Amino acid sequence: MLNIPQNSLLIMLTVLALLVVASLFRLIIEKNHPEKDYTELRQRIQSWWWMIGILFACMSLGTQYTIILFAFISFLALKEFLSIVPTRQADRRIIFWAYLSIPLQYYFVSIQWYGMFIIFIPIYIFLFLPMRMVLTGETKGFIRAAGVMHWAIMLTVFCLSHIAYLLVLPEKNIDAGNIGLVIFLIFMTQFNDVCQYIWGKTLGKHPVIPKVSPNKTWEGFLGAMLTITLVAGFIGPYLTPLSIKLSLLAGLIINVSGFIGDVVVSAIKRDLEIKDSGALIPGHGGILDRFDSLIFTAPLFFHYLRYIAY
Amino acid sequence: MNKVLKILFFVLLIKPLVLVVLGLNIRGKNNLPQTGPAIIAANHNSHLDTLVLMSLYPLHLLHKIRPVAAADYFLSTPLRAWFALNIIGIIPLERKRRVARKELFSGCHKALDDEDILIIFPEGSRGRPEQISNIKKGLFYIVNERNDTPVIPVLMHGLGKALPKGEALLVPFNCDVVIGNLLPQAETAGDFVTQLEQTYHELKQYCITLNNETD
Repeated sequence: MLNIPQNSLLIMLTVLALLVVASLFRLIIEKNHPEKDYTELRQRIQSWWWMIGILFACMSLGTQYTIILFAFISFLALKEFLSIVPTRQADRRIIFWAYLSIPLQYYFVSIQWYGMFIIFIPIYIFLFLPMRMVLTGETKGFIRAAGVMHWAIMLTVFCLSHIAYLLVLPEKNIDAGNIGLVIFLIFMTQFNDVCQYIWGKTLGKHPVIPKVSPNKTWEGFLGAMLTITLVAGFIGPYLTPLSIKLSLLAGLIINVSGFIGDVVVSAIKRDLEIKDSGALIPGHGGILDRFDSLIFTAPLFFHYLRYIAY
Repeated sequence: MNKVLKILFFVLLIKPLVLVVLGLNIRGKNNLPQTGPAIIAANHNSHLDTLVLMSLYPLHLLHKIRPVAAADYFLSTPLRAWFALNIIGIIPLERKRRVARKELFSGCHKALDDEDILIIFPEGSRGRPEQISNIKKGLFYIVNERNDTPVIPVLMHGLGKALPKGEALLVPFNCDVVIGNLLPQAETAGDFVTQLEQTYHELKQYCITLNNETD
């Protein structure tokens, strides 16, 4: 294959095999229960094929393509966020500037300028946008608009761009390459969502935060914690420079922060009284519905890894 | 030649623009009429409304989709008129000059006789961003004269943010396109207007971007 280190390649093939199993499973239950409607399950699995297909295709093509992919995902996420939250007509031009932060942020990733990557949005964009807002002169709703816009950029551009920065860290695990870090983060995060769902469905009784997300239970959360920590300890040393012990801790971090990301985005949607943040991904909803956990796991996993191993 | 230009315009510019720069939350796509005669009655907030609705159709049907648009605006300069008539394929409507109703809607009836699908904005103008203005009665008078033409209500939301009236800078925003079931026949123009207003109100519940405005 195209230059993919062997450990990462093996995990990618495993993921594709899991998808084949899921598709076959769907075909079989659809055949055995022809009276039921499995449209949503079918859409969900088809969308997984597309998402994983696009990710793997970009990763096989090379680092630059994968960085461009995540820049594009940030654009879609920021657009979706700014389309559902209240903004003022007067802020249209400021929002246009906010979009321009995306190519710059990912350019800093691609040239491995860590110092700028880490302060560009929290400092320069943070200070630039309110200045630009003052120039338009509309003061009614100023505080809320400044807060909403900066929060949007932090979540969808700053946090998500950490995934891309994993690709340009110095290579420490030669057998997995830096792709291994991205695969580890993304698949642990998504697997955490799945585990919470399955544990919650089978054992769940006590909701964690019933006001925000009645389906998230302690049983689901703790069951996923056990599963994810163990699985991370198992494949962490294979895909990342972390030892078994440190991989267990990485799994725990992804488990807890993934849960928090999920409920934070749920709280946003509840505030706006909407079920999905968009309709881009059939069966899943919008980009934010799919990337909610990753927004929180990406920076926390990144800085843990960077502190420990670099 | 114009047909080729029209397809190129949509393939190279409008479809990518609608898919990537905007992004649609489409609901009820199966309700979209595939054959004429039919009328799509949509609310109007932006020049993008027409382009978004046309982009929902496959390329081979594009020439059957005919937006009804104000003659006083779209035919005001030669270049704009050429573009509106040949690339978009509008049916010009005289808003300003007083003409008999029969003559006023003759272009619409001719297109419907040719089994075209008309896009009509019953508010008559784009109005204030993201607000539905008063619905005019013209649409009722067109449908009332024929009994072969279904009216499909479409509610759009968000495009008034992306490109409102009087702005030239397009800013990316997702927008909702909710396609309803066909409107039942109405006895009077008043009933028709009330029905359409109610339908728009009901379709609003499927919108995701409704809260995108501070007051």
